[in-house]
This record gives sequence, C-alpha cells and structure tokens, in this order.
Amino acid sequence: MSALLDIAGLTIKTGTTTLVESLNLRIAPGERLGLIGESGSGKSLTAMAATGLLPPSIKATGSVTLAGQQIIGTPDHQLNRLRGTAVAVVFQEPLTALDPLMRIGRQIAGPLQRRAARDGNPLSGAALDKAIFDLMADVALPDPQRIAHAYPHEISGGQRQRVAIAMALACRPDLLIADEPTTALDVTTQAEILRLLDNLVRQRNMALLFISHDLPVVASIVDRVAVLRRGVIVETGPVAEIFARPQHDYTATLVAAAHAFDAALGEQP
Amino acid sequence: MTTLDVISPKRRSHGSVTLWAGLALVGLHIAIGLLTLVWTPYDPTGMSGGRLEAPSWLHWAGTDRLGRDFLTQIMVGSRIALIVGTGAVAIGAALGVTLGILAAFASKLLDDALAATLDILIAFPTLLIAMLVVAASDTANLASAIIAIGIALSAIVARLTRILVKRVLLMDFITAARTSGSSWPAIVFGHVLPNIWPTLSVNFALQFGLAVIAEASLSYLGLGAPPPNASWGRLLQEAQGTVYTAPIGAIAPGIALVSLVIGINLLADGLRDSIDPTRRAR
Amino acid sequence: MSLLSVQDVTFSYNASKRVLDGVSLTIEPGDSIGLVGESGSGKTTLLRLLLGLTRPSSGSITFNGTPLDPRSARFMRDYRRQVQVVFQDPYSSLDPRQAVLSIVSEPLRALRIPGDHRQMVSDALASVGLERNILGRYPHEFSGGQRQRIAIARAIVAGPSLLLADEAVSALDLSTRIRIVDLLKSLSEQMTLVFVSHDLGVVAALCQKIVILEKGRIVEAGATASILANPQHPYTQRLLSSVPRMPA
Repeated sequence: MSALLDIAGLTIKTGTTTLVESLNLRIAPGERLGLIGESGSGKSLTAMAATGLLPPSIKATGSVTLAGQQIIGTPDHQLNRLRGTAVAVVFQEPLTALDPLMRIGRQIAGPLQRRAARDGNPLSGAALDKAIFDLMADVALPDPQRIAHAYPHEISGGQRQRVAIAMALACRPDLLIADEPTTALDVTTQAEILRLLDNLVRQRNMALLFISHDLPVVASIVDRVAVLRRGVIVETGPVAEIFARPQHDYTATLVAAAHAFDAALGEQP
Repeated sequence: MTTLDVISPKRRSHGSVTLWAGLALVGLHIAIGLLTLVWTPYDPTGMSGGRLEAPSWLHWAGTDRLGRDFLTQIMVGSRIALIVGTGAVAIGAALGVTLGILAAFASKLLDDALAATLDILIAFPTLLIAMLVVAASDTANLASAIIAIGIALSAIVARLTRILVKRVLLMDFITAARTSGSSWPAIVFGHVLPNIWPTLSVNFALQFGLAVIAEASLSYLGLGAPPPNASWGRLLQEAQGTVYTAPIGAIAPGIALVSLVIGINLLADGLRDSIDPTRRAR
Repeated sequence: MSLLSVQDVTFSYNASKRVLDGVSLTIEPGDSIGLVGESGSGKTTLLRLLLGLTRPSSGSITFNGTPLDPRSARFMRDYRRQVQVVFQDPYSSLDPRQAVLSIVSEPLRALRIPGDHRQMVSDALASVGLERNILGRYPHEFSGGQRQRIAIARAIVAGPSLLLADEAVSALDLSTRIRIVDLLKSLSEQMTLVFVSHDLGVVAALCQKIVILEKGRIVEAGATASILANPQHPYTQRLLSSVPRMPA
C-alpha cells in the first residue's frame, strides 16, 4: 500500500547548522506513528517540514510526499489546499493556536466553510450552525451554546484544546499531526484529551503522527514509534518492542528513566 | 523555540564593526567640537568674505548671507549639538528612569495616575514645555532649551522604563533574589537596571537625535541658543530662504546632523552588543 | 517541635474566590514532602506564602515556633537563610546578565554571610555536580539541566535547613529530569524538602510524604506508599488513574 506521508532523506538546515539529517518516515493511511524526542531533537521541525510550514530561513532538502504531492519546493499557495484537506495540525499551546479576538463558533466555522467550499457545496446559515454544533459534540465540548459565543480566554485549557481538535477535524484530514498536544494540560485533562484523540482517530480512520517527549503518553496512543535524537532517527519499531528491548543506548536511557518514575508509582491498577 | 535558539547566536563579529564605526563618527564630532574651543578656521561671528560665496579653497563650505565662514559655523555647531544632545538625554534619562521605576513599583492607583500624567506630558509639544521653562527662568538660552527638551524626553523614557521594569519584575530571578534576601534597591541596581539597559540605551541614542532636531526648531523661534551661537538647526533655518541659490547652506548642516545621529545609533548598538553577555562571542 | 507549621490558612485575592481554604500542614525536620495539585489547586500560592512573599488572608504560619512575619526584617533575615527555593524554569530563574559566581553568591551577599564567598560558591557548585571553574561563565552557555543545577547551588549555598522546589524538574527533558531528581533526593538527606509538583511520578520517586491539593483544599495527606497503594479521596483516585503508565 502506498504511504500517506512519505519522508525520504529529509535534511533540514539553517545556515551551516544541520537540524535534521537524512530522516526517513512512512505513515500508511490509518496508521499511527509516535515521534519521540527531547528538546532540540528536531521533532517539531520535522512536523513543520511535513506540512510545508518551515520558516523561509530554514531550508529543507530531500523528499516529503503527502497524499502523493511533493511538499518540498512546492510554492506555498499550492500547499494551502493540501493543508486544508489532507493534513491538519494540533499544537501544544491551544491559547496561542486560537485567535484571541474571535469567538469560538466563528473559529470553528472557518475551516468548516473552507473545506465545504472546496468540496463544491458551500455551507452557511442554519446548515453551518448545525455543522459547528455537531463538531463541538464530537469533541465533547460541554455547554456548546455558551462556548460557541465565548472567546478563547473565557474557556479552560482543556476546552481550548478540544476547540483546536475540532478545527483540525473540520478539514476532514487523512492525516492528523499532533505536536505535544497534551504537554500544557493538567494530568486529568491530558487523560481526557488522549481518550478523545484515540476515539476520533479510530472512528474517522485517520492516520496520526503524534509528537511527544513523554514515553507513557506516546505508548498510550500509537502502535509504532520513531526515536529522534539531535535530528537523527536512532530507532524505529513497534512500541512494545522498543520499550521492552531498546537497541540504541539513547533509547535505553529514556526507557530506563521512564520506567524509574513509573515504578515509583507502584503497581499498575 | 528550539529552532530560534539554534539561529540566534549568529551575529557576533559585526558587533565590533558597529561599535568602531560609531566610535569613529562620534569621535570625529567630539574632536571637532573640542577643537573649536581653541581654534576655528575663521572667527565664527565675524565677516570673513563676501555674502553667499560658493565653496572655494578659502571657504570650503562657502559663506552665509552675512559673509561668515560656513565651515566654521558647522564646526561650532558640532559642539552645540553634542552639548544639547548629551544634556537633554542626561536630564531625560535621569528623570525618566527614576519616574518609570517608581511607577512600576507603585500601587495600582498611583501607577495609573503616573501613567496618565506621562501620557498628558507626551501629548504636550516640546515647544510648549520650552515656553513654560523660559517663562519660569526668565531667559531664553541654551540651558533653558536643554532643560525643556530633557523634560519632554523624560516622559517618553519614563513610559518605556515602566513597561520594561514591569516585564523584568515578572521573571523568576527577581523572586529568587527576593527569597535570597536581597533588598528592593539591591534588586533594582543588581538585576532590573542591567536587564533594561540594552533597550534603554538604544532609545537614548534615538532621543539624542530628536534632541538635536528639537533644539533646531526651538532656535528658530528664538527659544534656543541665541545668535550668534551657530546651532545646526539655526543654520538650517537660515538657509531656508537661499536653498535654491546656495543649496550648500542646507546640505552641509544636514550631513553634519545625520552623521552625528547615525554615529550615536551605531555606538549605542555596538555598546549594547558588547556589554550583553548573551550576544558576546563564546 | 515541627520545622514549619501551617494552621488553617486561607488566602483570597478578592471576597468572591478563595485560592486557599483552611489549609493546615505540618513539616517536620528531615521530611521530604510532595505538594501535589493541578492548575487552580492553590499549590503555587501556598508556596508563595511559605516563602513569605505574600501574607495569608487568615490563619498563621510558624517556623520553629515563631510566627512568619514578612514585615519583620530581623525574622526574615534568618528565615531567608534557613529557607531557600528552586523554581521551575531554569531560563527565567537565572539573571542572564550575571556570571555564575554572582548568581550563586547572591544569598551570601544579600544576607551578609561572612566567609570566602568564592570558595563557598565553588563548593556549592561541586556538590550539585558542576565544575568548580565555571564561575565566570554566563547562564546562556549552559543547558537546561546545568542551569537548574546552578539554581540549586544558589539555593543551598547559604546552608538552608528547608529547601522548597516549585515544579523544579517539569521543564527538563526526561534524561535530565531523572538526574536532577537524584540530586534533589541526595540533598533531601541533608535538609528538609518541600517539592511542589503536578507530576505524581516525580513526587513518588522523590518524596516520603504526599499532600494532595484540590481547589485550595487539602483532600488527602500521608505516606507516599500508602496513598499510592490505597488512595482514599475520589480526587486522588482520579488523579492517580489519569497518570499515563508505561506498557507492562
């Protein structure tokens, strides 16, 4: 089966500094891949390169194909269409990902209308309202009437991340990229958002690229992981395999540290 | 965030180029200014040639409409510009930084009152402040102009300082200093001022230029350096009527003014880079 | 006698909302206590009260039997020497314009502690696992983990009896985090430790006792092992079941 996202020999540089080197990743339709890395590993840069969102000062070479379309070297205006349909991104900090001066309902309406217009049946009026509230129900936002009229600062962090997920879903993407989507959230909220993402990805048969530094979080939502260190993938494989028998020293260090904290919590319920 | 960390430490070497270029330009003006105290090509107030002569070997920049040597006037102007700029910025900085820090530390009510006062002061034209200063001191001279410009600048400095201080006060190292037992004065001098200084110093350089230009307009209205003091501003104003027949009268003081302002800005940038440990070469 | 005692402390910014509500807590010498709570639990406010940066709206805090009074310069001078803190963000907690010597020696200077400050700083650096010869270097030259070690050196340089830590490892990478936890653990054998965190795994690895805060109230407190094995309060149960676990 052909890959939905196929990254081959991706190298990312700024000036003479190499940030990511000869990176290869493939995600098949419906597949879930975790990208594990610490700060400075290049994991977020890889995600930006996959969507063609790298800033102009950073140069990417190699090949990134998303739904059959080459990303690297393609002008931005051509990628806009792809970003609204094939791929959507959920970021770490939902407060900065949302427009602070726009009501939640209108923010969700934006991507819904764009996707509908591209499919040739524009949405407006009551149909648009219904689509907004359906989407809010899908991400389990409570009290949709109030939240649709609220501004981002008037709702909680977990609710903002639900809104960001709703906006990503509005594009009906084949691939969802989640870049540390729960890092800024409380533990109990994190658990809810992870459950939500897990269900949504399954129901909609989306592929998922889940980027995180947190091993147990990654393990709870993906099947396969790639471990990135200083721009180089040191290990790839099924989660259970890698966490049980890490081959690379670096992976072993991470897994041992995660196990140490996990063991301190005692028996798993 | 991580990407920016990788990009930023690039600008190292040209910090010193900026510093040296600034030092050279400002140094030239200071040297000329000092020179005029002991020697000028001609008597700055006396007639030394015909009216509005074109540049020649005798008068490199020509003469003005009273027959005075123009180059001499511009050289004397360097001295006046440096005095006005330094004096006004010093007054503006001392007043403004003090007020800004007080406002940042004041209670909400007092802070609001100070902020409103500053906004009103900024809305006041420098001219009006100068007229008030002259009215209060009874004479219009260079000192009254410097004080007036200094007061006008202080409002801008105070507003900027207040915002910068408030931002620094939010940092954890301020709380760490408090829990280390440091007093507020120690925190202000040890942490706050060093951290706001880079931004302030660049602002002072900009204001130096503003001060020199403000003095020009005050001179024009008789509120600045009284004749025969040749400030660049007055030279520019005097050249107004003859700008088509003798353009050198406007061009020469213009070049002098711009070169000093650019020099001060380069110097401020260079100084900031050389005292900032995070910009210094590793 | 207890080292620090918090009695029925309430704190509110305005009449309508209480950030802390009737909090009582006793810290014995040699304790290592984790204050665990999520955003809005009041854990940061409680820490600020313990640091004497804010005063409680009602209730009292006593240190070695003496009431904590931020307005008493004499009391605070001794208190600052005895109680030091490490913050979450090693980037914001070190002044970027000061060299390591100046940063770490700040408590010594501020509290006018006699002695060879240079030597004391270099000893403190050695005891947090840093080289002694970094005195002239600046914070931006160090990694996050090294910066946090510098911050810990500043906290222990004056020989405090109580070390407070505010999410002190949350901003660090996993491989660095475990080393800083190990460092804090070895320090906790020499001094009392109060570790404020949202991360149960870290607290479990570091602290003998846990205090769980929810919406400004203590809902459960006790020995770490018994709370983890047998959480009583529904909120503790929910918190514990929300922690993502490693696959078995």
